[in-house]
Amino acid sequence: MTSLTNYLLVSAALFAIGAAGVFFRRNAIIIFMCVELMLNAVNLTLIAFSQFLGDHSGQVLVFFVMTVAAAEAAVGLAIVIAIYRNKASTEVDTLNLLKG
Amino acid sequence: MNWGEIVFWVLSAGAIVSALLMVTRKSAVSSALSLVMTFCFLAGLYLTLQAQFLAIVQVAVYAGAIMVLVLFVIMLLNLKEERLTLGTDRKALIGTLGVIAIFAQIAAIIFANSNGLPPAISAKAAELGTVESVGMSLYSSFAFPFEMASVILIVSAVGAIVLAKKKLR
Repeated sequence: MTSLTNYLLVSAALFAIGAAGVFFRRNAIIIFMCVELMLNAVNLTLIAFSQFLGDHSGQVLVFFVMTVAAAEAAVGLAIVIAIYRNKASTEVDTLNLLKG
Repeated sequence: MNWGEIVFWVLSAGAIVSALLMVTRKSAVSSALSLVMTFCFLAGLYLTLQAQFLAIVQVAVYAGAIMVLVLFVIMLLNLKEERLTLGTDRKALIGTLGVIAIFAQIAAIIFANSNGLPPAISAKAAELGTVESVGMSLYSSFAFPFEMASVILIVSAVGAIVLAKKKLR
């Protein structure tokens, strides 16, 4: 069987790819999707630990992470739409309203 | 190499390749579809861990509901393709080093503690992943957080409608 280390390494790789997306992309919606990818990497870690330790609390926590991700998607996309309505763009570079 | 390991490596490679596709595609729609693929591969990985319930929820909630919402917004806004540059050389260098540092840090921690990790999947794993087991835990030990999750969902639904309205009266 596959060892826990392999699952954790795959999760770390997915998390790093998600972080790279947040660093390098400019489109707010794509940055948002990269955050979802990082959440999923953490979910994989939680499920792997839960099944290897034989404790189901980790899986309940994944359930809550999914709930919060759904809530975040609804609010985040509404904010993106509100920004697009004012700026006609979703590029994060154009959002400099708080610059002095 | 037995069948379980082959399946694991195929699913992992699929997840990582489609995640890379998501980060590197110019158009937002291709990115979103690559992310849906990543979620499906991850659901497969959950199945290899014998977590059936969460694998199905992953496909239904993440690949189904959340990504449909994201795709809907992308198509609603009719986004033009993003200019894909890494910014200035200095920014690109710092970002790349940062990403490598994140991965190296996590990998170092994993290898430093690999002796303390459980060696094999637990004997109870198959029954821990069922709807029954997760549900029992959710409605007994985690009953209050579960109710709070419903509050979060209703608040976010109201908030999204308020934000998306044209003008507040």
